[in-house]
Amino acid sequence: MTTATTTATSALAQDSGRRLENVLPKSGWITLGVCLLVFCVSVPVLNSLPLSSALHLPDYLVTLFGKFLCFAIVAIAMDLLWGYAGILSLGHGVFFAIGGYAMGMYLMRTIGSAGVYRSNLPDFMVFLDWKELPWFWKPFDNFAFALIAVVAVPGLLAYAFGFLAFRSRIRGVYFSIITQALTFALMLLFFRNETGLGGNNGLTDFKQIYGYRIQDQSTKVGLYVLSALGMLCAFLLARFVTTSKAGRVLRSIRDEESRIMFLGYDPTRFKLFVYTLSAVICGVAGALYVPQVGIINPSELQPSNSIEMAIWVAVGGRGSLIGAPLGAFVVNGAKSWFTVALPEFWLYILGVLFVAVTLFFPQGLVGAVKRGLPRDKLAALLSRVRK
Amino acid sequence: MRHWVFAVLFACVAWLASPRDASAEELTELTRGLMATDDATVEKVVLSISQRTEPAALHTLSALLDGNLRVDAAGHPFLNVAGKLQPILANGPKEPQGKLATPSVDNRLRRSLEPVIASMKLSSPDRSIRLAAAEDLAKRRSDDLAPLLRKAQAKEQDSTVRSAITLALAQIDLAGSDKALRLAAISAMQESGDGQYKPDLDRLLTKDETGKFREPDESVRRAAAAALSRIESRMFLYGMVGNVFYGLSLGSVLLLAALGLAITFGLMRVINMAHGELLMIGAYATYSVQRLFEQHFPAQQDLYLIFAIPAAFAASATVGYLIERSVLRFLYGRPLETLLATWGISLILIQTVRLIFGAQNVTVANPSWLAGGVPLLPGFVLTYSRVAVILFSAVVVAFVWFTLQKTPLGLHVRAVTQNRQMAAGMGIPTRRVDSWTFAIGSGVAGLGGVALSQLGNVGPELGQGYIVDSFMVVVLGGVGKLAGTLAGAFGLGMVNKLLEPVAGAVLGKIAILGFIILFIQRRPQGIFALKGRSAEVA
Repeated sequence: MTTATTTATSALAQDSGRRLENVLPKSGWITLGVCLLVFCVSVPVLNSLPLSSALHLPDYLVTLFGKFLCFAIVAIAMDLLWGYAGILSLGHGVFFAIGGYAMGMYLMRTIGSAGVYRSNLPDFMVFLDWKELPWFWKPFDNFAFALIAVVAVPGLLAYAFGFLAFRSRIRGVYFSIITQALTFALMLLFFRNETGLGGNNGLTDFKQIYGYRIQDQSTKVGLYVLSALGMLCAFLLARFVTTSKAGRVLRSIRDEESRIMFLGYDPTRFKLFVYTLSAVICGVAGALYVPQVGIINPSELQPSNSIEMAIWVAVGGRGSLIGAPLGAFVVNGAKSWFTVALPEFWLYILGVLFVAVTLFFPQGLVGAVKRGLPRDKLAALLSRVRK
Repeated sequence: MRHWVFAVLFACVAWLASPRDASAEELTELTRGLMATDDATVEKVVLSISQRTEPAALHTLSALLDGNLRVDAAGHPFLNVAGKLQPILANGPKEPQGKLATPSVDNRLRRSLEPVIASMKLSSPDRSIRLAAAEDLAKRRSDDLAPLLRKAQAKEQDSTVRSAITLALAQIDLAGSDKALRLAAISAMQESGDGQYKPDLDRLLTKDETGKFREPDESVRRAAAAALSRIESRMFLYGMVGNVFYGLSLGSVLLLAALGLAITFGLMRVINMAHGELLMIGAYATYSVQRLFEQHFPAQQDLYLIFAIPAAFAASATVGYLIERSVLRFLYGRPLETLLATWGISLILIQTVRLIFGAQNVTVANPSWLAGGVPLLPGFVLTYSRVAVILFSAVVVAFVWFTLQKTPLGLHVRAVTQNRQMAAGMGIPTRRVDSWTFAIGSGVAGLGGVALSQLGNVGPELGQGYIVDSFMVVVLGGVGKLAGTLAGAFGLGMVNKLLEPVAGAVLGKIAILGFIILFIQRRPQGIFALKGRSAEVA
């Protein structure tokens, strides 16, 4: 890993001594502090209010917000890759799912013999009549190992895949399609019972995490707070990368890769670095997601899920680290509401969202707010259509 | 007695107006004897029927064995087929006369009937009946028929029937004790190369609990091992022939799916994620045309497919044209956004089709001239619909080739594909070329939909399954060359089907993806690349 990313990391290191102001202006730090307060304090407090109170936040909303925060982390990872390096991966669902599976395997092992079959093996293995734990399951008894796997497995996969892809200068739509094919292939792999990860039922029926009962509301609030902290950390990390010298190189790669190559930079290393980093962040998001929803199965690997991740970023605003999580909140909030209220129209809305955002709001919500609603542009487009 | 029969026959002649024959009359009399109550008489009658050579005699006894024989008051045999009566005598009365009765058959009679019928079949003058009987006997071991089979084998003139009888005997001989006969049996099985004898031969080579071979004779074991390897290689060969055919068939489906995509991608460098939905629209257009014929022209039902081809082309081409004019037009130079926008369009199309046709799959019936197939080898049927899809894809390729190479539009398409700016400078209306090309590429996808509708069910998600594979074809084949798409499609189809039996469907797919990624390392522009001097790759 070190050889290929030396340039990228040294570009990061050169200005690691810079002041915090470079990462965020003073007002930014203040806003971040307010966000921290809103996310990490207000929600648990509102949730702990008595049921009779008008301000009481129902339990299910805490879990829902926790889920959205995980999606927001994914959106930041996507934005880092797509918004800043111009690489559209349609396979980030893979890293999200792998992180989730790594956490899920640990959670399965902590069930112990409290499962339906009272066996020391996970239920699905008893069901498949397996006698022994497969070798790759064994270390997942250890929480620390699971945490390392959450980061390392997506990172290694992204590094290997990205190495092959970027080295042969696969870029643009080719890269998008290849990553989609990877997602599709891995989905098929995870669907198989023989893969040893629960087949199409996946991993579920978790009982506890690190000694805390997973059904307890306090555990859920704790996981929510962890997700919120995770999102803020992902934001700061992404902010650190994008404001560094390496971030500038990445943006030049996005805008004019050939020129940056002729200037003596090796775009492959920078791309590989940011792709791997993005995958690792996605894996962490998956690991935070699984204990909150209580299940991980291969449907997370459906290609459509990975494409939806791109629309979160597009709606919020590419190239803006505030826009990406905002987009994740808006799109998933709309999804939660519409799939209940008007289920048959959700696909229409999602489809129109894809088309409208790309046609009329290429900078997403953030861009729209920055420049006011682009009335003149809309009018120009309309007149072109009429012609 | 005679007079009575004559009276009946005259009655028959009155409304049949066909010459009666003496054999039918005798058989009728014998059949009446089957109704006798004592077993000895019945058995005697069965024996006398079995001596007769006419087909009706055999039919009567087979019906008796199956419990489907009905005899009317005059003794005319009838066959009961699912509650309906069919006369067994060709020249006999069409309707039973008088009360109908069912002769009783007990197990003893049934046991004695089986060899009698087998021997009648084996000595039938009709070659197809003899062959069917011998093949039937070869399927299961029937020791008590051995003498009968040996007699038939000696008498048989036709080589196909004789080898079938030999095989039937081989199973009996193999279990016997005569070493020469057993070796001959093994060689007969080896000759046949048929997989059904594998368990018999396998058993000879297994060991029992004490570690000794179940078969003590070493020469028999050696012969069995040789026969086994021959049979296995023959089965492998047949499997390969089947896989090559399925590979060709899958390749042509992929070709039809990827052809339009390769054209539009080559021209505009945008990925149309709604391409799979254009396939789906073509398939639903086929379904609609079929429904139209069902309701308005049921007599010409079989012709619907002919009309479905232009209808599907037109439907998909129209949708494609509208997509280009309304969305893609405004996204030039932004390929990644185009990808997302077309994905959105695909969601809208899927949901629209769901609202119109319902979320359930619909079935498009093959027209009668495409139903069925020819059994070519044991375990492998050449289905007409698959052959038709292969031929159809060849026709579509010819159509696309003609359009690209021999029409003014094709000339413009090739020019814009090679160098858009230069083509525009030469006065080619690139934007109009884009629209028309997109429409044609979408129409070709619609044609692919027609083919898919003939191979399986049609549902709103039909296209989703093909999008990844078609892009793999384009990535593998490279853009701008028809030959590349051809090579990519058939290469992928073949590799897929040949890997499937070895690695399983899923691991095969993963292996192919790995192969494509490694392949791109060596040739980033696909198998056939257009030559150019641009620093930008793809």
